[in-house]
Amino acid sequence: MANWIEVCSLDEIDPEDVMRFDHNQHSWAIYRCPNGEVYATSGHCTHERIHLADGLVMDDIIECPKHNGRFNYKTGKAQGAPVCEHLKTWPTRVENGLIFLNVE
Amino acid sequence: MYGILIIGAGEAGVQAALTLRQQGYQGQITLLGDESGRPYERPPLSKQCLLDGSDAPLISGSQQLEALNIQYRNGQRVVAIHRNQQQVELASGEQLPYERLLLATGAQARTLTIEGMPAEQVLTLRSRGDAERIRQRARPGQNVVMIGAGFIGLELAASLRTLGLEVTVLESAERILQRAVPASIASLIAAEHQQQGVEIRCQSSVEYASSTDYGYQLHLLNGERINADWVLAGIGSVPNTHLAQDAGLNVDNGIQVDHCLRTSDPMIFAAGDCARFPLDLYNTEVRLESWRCAREQGEIAALNMLGANTIYNVAPWFWSDQYQLGLQMVGLPIGVTQEVIRDFNGSRLVFLLNAHQQLVAACGVGPGNTVARDIKIAERLINQGLHPSAEQLADTSISLKSLLKG
Repeated sequence: MANWIEVCSLDEIDPEDVMRFDHNQHSWAIYRCPNGEVYATSGHCTHERIHLADGLVMDDIIECPKHNGRFNYKTGKAQGAPVCEHLKTWPTRVENGLIFLNVE
Repeated sequence: MYGILIIGAGEAGVQAALTLRQQGYQGQITLLGDESGRPYERPPLSKQCLLDGSDAPLISGSQQLEALNIQYRNGQRVVAIHRNQQQVELASGEQLPYERLLLATGAQARTLTIEGMPAEQVLTLRSRGDAERIRQRARPGQNVVMIGAGFIGLELAASLRTLGLEVTVLESAERILQRAVPASIASLIAAEHQQQGVEIRCQSSVEYASSTDYGYQLHLLNGERINADWVLAGIGSVPNTHLAQDAGLNVDNGIQVDHCLRTSDPMIFAAGDCARFPLDLYNTEVRLESWRCAREQGEIAALNMLGANTIYNVAPWFWSDQYQLGLQMVGLPIGVTQEVIRDFNGSRLVFLLNAHQQLVAACGVGPGNTVARDIKIAERLINQGLHPSAEQLADTSISLKSLLKG
């Protein structure tokens, strides 16, 4: 079951940046990659409960603000120690300048 | 096949063991820890473990040691390294042969003796057991005196204050974190402690203690007296170098290693808090007490024990959490002649430049992890040898990230 919810307008996230999004006691990190595509992962690093939205986005990689855990935010793949567990990713779409997230 | 022996099951030792297997090494790997239990992370000991009594989290990846056929032996104290035989001797008398040896022996808290106060009333923090002792001792309303205003001291002060203790911090230097961070950052941290009700007294030292009906009284050198139910000392740490020293390896405030983390014996490597290493980025030699450096050096020592010649040469990175404030620092403040302050949304970044207008370090503090991103950018600027001008760094209309892309 698709359950699309509106996140924000595309303009609210700079290219190659990330923003936190909370909904129904869940938290996501929403990424706008350099070419404008939008991606979403679970909000917290798989190493410790640190929110990734304070991290640094460089190209396809988000780096956790604390311990340098790195993930490819498009696939969720952990890039090596200290993180071994991958991030869950979530479908997104952009319509009329608005970002939507499928939370199902 | 005698394999690789690692003394010390902290971040460096565990990371080395895991890396050896990731690199396809098939020989025997033995990881010796001197504490009981599984390898654990130390940074939470002064923070979360005290606040909620939680166990220290296990070191990431250490759950897989057995699955990776890494022999982890805890509670093992090494008493000697016999270099001629390439053997290590345990307290039990057992001899363990090695082809390559990694010393990841860490450091221990410097202890403090106060005249008139029993040793068991002066606690320090390094291990899981130390954290448990502090937690069992701490009761709301007690007067506790923290001696030393470094990162560990201030983190402990914050945690104990949060638990409802009356905390006084004594620091012999002119200000807190004197060697660690710029004054413009330290003042924000000091202000937060004061706001939370912690009293910080700088240029203060204890001369002796006397016992009273309700506890102890500390007599300061300046004649003042402070009540203390017990005392915590956070006055630095001492590298565990005795094994190396007894074995005749070069030791000088840490086990001396080369760029590839080799000791003066090419069969023996050292990594983490116990190692003193050349850092070309700053044209100096350092010994760091850093979670991240320990992990990275463990990894590099592993590669080099397998025959690589990988050099460790990156800007050091540290963090500290106190109350809701997060501090991060990258680089070494060597030869600093200029500070550039960049304030935004309740956070502050300070960039440190040398006489050649080169960025050598950056430090930030703010709520939560708000400074993390910019410190990571500063880290890249330093490691890549990029040197934006002071004007660019100060100008909040210029995104720091844009400076990375030239």
